[in-house]
Amino acid sequence: MGLYLNNVVTLQLDQDLCVGCARCLEVCPHRVFSMKDNKAWLQDRDACMECGACAKNCPKDAITVQAGVGCAQAVFNSWRTGKTECCCDASCCGGTKKDKE
Amino acid sequence: MTTSHTEIQSNWTWQDRLGAVAVRCAFRRMRYAVTPGLYAVNDPGADSLVFVSANYKLSFDHLRCSLTGISGWILVLDTKGINVWCAAGKGTFGTEEPVRRVDAVNLKDVVTHRQLIVPQLGAPGLAAHDVAKQCRFHIVYGPVRACDIARFLEAGLKADPAMRRVQFPLRDRLAVVPVEMIGSVGKAAALAGLFGVLAIHRSGTWSWQGLYPEGVTAAGLVFLAYLFVSVIVPAGLPWLPGRAFSLKGACAGLLGWALLWATGLYGRASELMAWCMLFMVMGSFMGLNFTGASTYTSLSGVKKETRLAVPMMAVGLLLSLGLWIRACGIL
Ligand code: SF4
Ligand code: SF4
Repeated sequence: MGLYLNNVVTLQLDQDLCVGCARCLEVCPHRVFSMKDNKAWLQDRDACMECGACAKNCPKDAITVQAGVGCAQAVFNSWRTGKTECCCDASCCGGTKKDKE
Repeated sequence: MTTSHTEIQSNWTWQDRLGAVAVRCAFRRMRYAVTPGLYAVNDPGADSLVFVSANYKLSFDHLRCSLTGISGWILVLDTKGINVWCAAGKGTFGTEEPVRRVDAVNLKDVVTHRQLIVPQLGAPGLAAHDVAKQCRFHIVYGPVRACDIARFLEAGLKADPAMRRVQFPLRDRLAVVPVEMIGSVGKAAALAGLFGVLAIHRSGTWSWQGLYPEGVTAAGLVFLAYLFVSVIVPAGLPWLPGRAFSLKGACAGLLGWALLWATGLYGRASELMAWCMLFMVMGSFMGLNFTGASTYTSLSGVKKETRLAVPMMAVGLLLSLGLWIRACGIL
């Protein structure tokens, strides 16, 4: 079960394209995927933080997600400036994401 | 082509630790970078593993120090001094940079194998299969936390599900508190000033006598609220009610207000209501801000709650201000 809001994420998996390489299980930091009958499936879609790792690393392009940083300040800045969101300045995304290896 | 690399130590020095504190507080972040290239740890050979790192000093140090007793190579990419996760999001830690760096250090002549161990949090930036196609090096994603590397190697380059998972433990949540507080100290000061100045009139007239204790108390209270929510939101994140961070924050504010109410410092209903609103708005603001530090909020979710919470916060702030003006007998 996801911890954050339910039914909001843009993550989609097309099982027909999946070849069962399990790369998505390897890269996902929130255990969204699991394997069943040699295909990936979304066992916990609401836990997705839309980091985009799975979509980027799926060799068959079976996964789509609108990747971005879940940061209110970045969202706010982008509304103000009309640019796309990006975090990572001193006032944003604190230090936790930064300190992780 | 020649190959060159630098020998490095696999332990923390006090300079490293001091630097880690400074960089966490966002001082000199840009200058806290490692020169990209190949580094040797504990005398590695041609069959030693290659670990990929960002050129953000903290990422590099964490990796370097988790290799105690392990010989290996560290391939430092040019991520513009940003850590792996943020760099991956920005695309500076992408498919091209490892391919370019592998070539620049002539890695294929340094090691006999064709494997790169990339931190899992770098995965949002690069496509492993494209790197393999372009430079023949295959990517194995290492664990999220560098401290799990030894166990990862023991298990034959296999990470168990716990190693793959990003957590957000109390320690990490509290580590961000100073950064979050610095980021909003200006707003807190402005609010404290505003409520403090208005409080001068609480005695009935605009006179210097109102400055103390009325003005100072009110200003101090705003600051206390700021301190309170800045610590309670991160510390109590898993236990505060609700899922939206703005709601969790509002609850933290409400808790702070309940404590104020218990002190009996302000007794009239209009005063108490003004403070209640203000505490909740401040908590909500800190909560919403904390989405940026958290390790599990999605962009879609944050957009949704920001859209809802910001207007509510604006209304709450105006209401609180109006109530306070009334409580101070100005209108
Ligand atoms: S990465 Fe793509 S192809 Fe591989 S298991 Fe996941 S969805 Fe299937
Ligand atoms: S976008 Fe990130 S969090 Fe979401 S499923 Fe893919 S890898 Fe997991």
